Amino acid sequence: MSDTHAASVPYVRDTMLPQNAPPSTAQGPVKWVRESLFSSIPYTILTLAALYVIYLILSGFLPWLLGGVWTTSNIRECREVLDGAQAGCFSVLTERWNQLLFGIAYPQDGYWRPTAAFVLLFVAVAPVLFGNLPRWLILFTVLYPFIAFWLIWGGSLFVPLSALLAALIGYVIYSRIVKKSFAGAFFAGLLAGGVAWVVFSFITPQLSGVLALEPVASRNMGGFMLNMILGVICVSLSLPLGILLALGRQSSLPIIKLICVVFIEFIRGVPLITLLFVANVVLAYFLPPGTNFDLILRVIIMITMFASAYIAEVIRGGLAALPRGQYEAADSLGLDYAQAMRLIILPQALKISIPGIVNVAVGLFKDTTLVSIISMFDLVGMIRGPILASTDWNGVYWELWGFAALLFFVVCYGISQYSQWLERQLQTDHH
Amino acid sequence: MTTMSDPQQGSFRLSMLLNDTRYRSYTFQFIALILLIALMAFLGINLVRNLAEAGLNISYGFLNVPAGYDINQSLIDYNSQSSNLRAAMVGIINTLLVAFLACITATILGVIAGVARLSKNWLVSKLMSVYVEIFRNIPVLIWILMIYTLMTAVLPAPNQFRGDNATSSMLFDAFAFTNRGIYIPAPVWGPGSMIVVATFILSIVATIIYRRYAVSLLFRTGKLLPMGWPTIAILLVPSILIFFIMGSPIALDYPELKGFNFRGGLQIGAPLIALWLALSVYTGAFIAENVRAGIQAISKGQTEAASSLGLRPKRVMNLVVLPQALRVIIPPLISQYLNITKNSSLAIAVGYADITATLGGITLNQTGRAIECVLLLMLFYLTISLSISAIMNVYNNSVSLKER
Repeated sequence: MSDTHAASVPYVRDTMLPQNAPPSTAQGPVKWVRESLFSSIPYTILTLAALYVIYLILSGFLPWLLGGVWTTSNIRECREVLDGAQAGCFSVLTERWNQLLFGIAYPQDGYWRPTAAFVLLFVAVAPVLFGNLPRWLILFTVLYPFIAFWLIWGGSLFVPLSALLAALIGYVIYSRIVKKSFAGAFFAGLLAGGVAWVVFSFITPQLSGVLALEPVASRNMGGFMLNMILGVICVSLSLPLGILLALGRQSSLPIIKLICVVFIEFIRGVPLITLLFVANVVLAYFLPPGTNFDLILRVIIMITMFASAYIAEVIRGGLAALPRGQYEAADSLGLDYAQAMRLIILPQALKISIPGIVNVAVGLFKDTTLVSIISMFDLVGMIRGPILASTDWNGVYWELWGFAALLFFVVCYGISQYSQWLERQLQTDHH
Repeated sequence: MTTMSDPQQGSFRLSMLLNDTRYRSYTFQFIALILLIALMAFLGINLVRNLAEAGLNISYGFLNVPAGYDINQSLIDYNSQSSNLRAAMVGIINTLLVAFLACITATILGVIAGVARLSKNWLVSKLMSVYVEIFRNIPVLIWILMIYTLMTAVLPAPNQFRGDNATSSMLFDAFAFTNRGIYIPAPVWGPGSMIVVATFILSIVATIIYRRYAVSLLFRTGKLLPMGWPTIAILLVPSILIFFIMGSPIALDYPELKGFNFRGGLQIGAPLIALWLALSVYTGAFIAENVRAGIQAISKGQTEAASSLGLRPKRVMNLVVLPQALRVIIPPLISQYLNITKNSSLAIAVGYADITATLGGITLNQTGRAIECVLLLMLFYLTISLSISAIMNVYNNSVSLKER
């Protein structure tokens, strides 16, 4: 058959052609530019428009940033140095650096204390954030709240030390009983810790001068430090509270469910600013006459309640996303409610909820700027109040707002990038 | 929780309240209830004692007392002799106004940015990512204050529009951007203008009827009526005709420079603009993320299936991708609207007279009625949130996947 065919075909190529390189327009950077920038006429117009926008922004922004003045001591000197040039007076940042970061009233020779607490914060959160670090580092995380409190608020070392001891006593009691009953152990531990704390509070005033840093009152906290304090404390407090609320909302006990639903929906229905008004002007009416605990603590309580309601909703989503079989499997193993939740349900539900929790945390950190409205001097409050109102720097807007925006951007963007990284790490399914 | 063993027979013992799963839940709930009542009683007794000590009482009489302060931006009649209740009404309307405006612009901005972020054009998609990341990660309060600064410190004062060598000029002789706000032409409703408006409303109804008819005709017979130009024609032609027949009853009142300030036209104050713009760009970044997630949630197979049925790209988008993507997009979109409404309470930072600034700000400070004011304030926001949530639930039920 092949013979007859061969006779009818005059010429057949019997070797493969060598591969040719693709045309120069269909490979390398040229291809990329053609496909992703100039693939059609509308896209070309769009690209040119985008380039023009970028040019506009950079041509305004770069000279302002690069030609800026960093060393003058007030706005008039700065304007003289600039001599009419369109550039920034960044000297407001260098001159008011400490005010922007620590507020007005924090003792000047104590600036190293919040700075140290800030640096140690990274050491403390590292073992929580990165699972591949040695586990004993978590010990420092447990100690960190007490160290940070002592560093920032000052006073005798024995105050946080006695708190730590009380917590330790509570934990020992808890771990003794937890095998028998989780609820019993939890409340017994709480009670023992509380009793120990009350007992210690009779002793610590006698030791007030020992190993003491200069005490700083809460109302003297300010600047970006205040944002960080509020953010860190409220996020870490609202997480356990949010888990409890979410479990309560999913619970089969109608009264507990009702309490949780009303609380969550109420908090989520009102803006944070009204809750801050409550902290500022209303809360005092609901406390025993004569009690006067400071504004920062009231604000922490309110922001924590606010964030915990949102976190509860995120975790509820995680709980609802778990397949029914997980609950049934836990039941069929004979685990009671506390065990099933701790060992089976929550680890999985929390893993699903991580992106949502991080979103709430970022939102909460941004919302800490709202305290400037009830006249606390956080970073925004410092800029609006003491700095822009001073005769030295009245009129230097963009340098200050840009600085504030940059600080918040770095923190919030960093957190959200971390959460995306963590999501990839925690993926146990294979895509 | 159910137990597989048979219920124990015999008498009830006290320890069963803790150890028997049948009774334990009642015990816990009872304890929770007692604790709640105790907390409420504690707060209530403190409140009564504190009020008695300060010689105060809870009363809403202050709402009828003249407010005694001026509000520069108000859609209803208001002067300083109006009651506090009237001031609160002005605040409510202002809140709803800025929330409504911001919802519209944020949606437009968000949809454009979200779609552009998925664009094949590398530069545009990167530019949109930068927009989204920058605006999402900086507090909205800072954005509001920045745009307010832009409005008040950078825009020229009205007197710079004056004279022969004025340093600033009006846009098209109709719009003036000054540091006291933006002036735009205002419509003047002459006699007979209501007929034009009524015609326009009727045209909208007629357009909807026409489109319904065209769709049902298509489904019944397969005959395709044109949609585009008849819609525009029905919408505009009758109104324009009536407008000229009635002798142009609707005129425009242009802002004019008189003395040191602009007169006439409509003044949109700097606080409103700052709040509106800031809420729009900030929330727009979040909406862009929702839109992107919604479109990406539709599997590629859907697009390919539609294409293989022979649908053109525009129809693939309109008939297959968008209806499915909307189901994913709309719930978070509505919760963003809710966020806009709640974030509009930051108006107090720039002095826009919303409900938080009037009732929760000046009225509270002048009357000292902290509890009542904050309570009413919370009630207002709670009503809005809960009603929007209710609407959202109805919507979710209507679009959720109907499974067998």
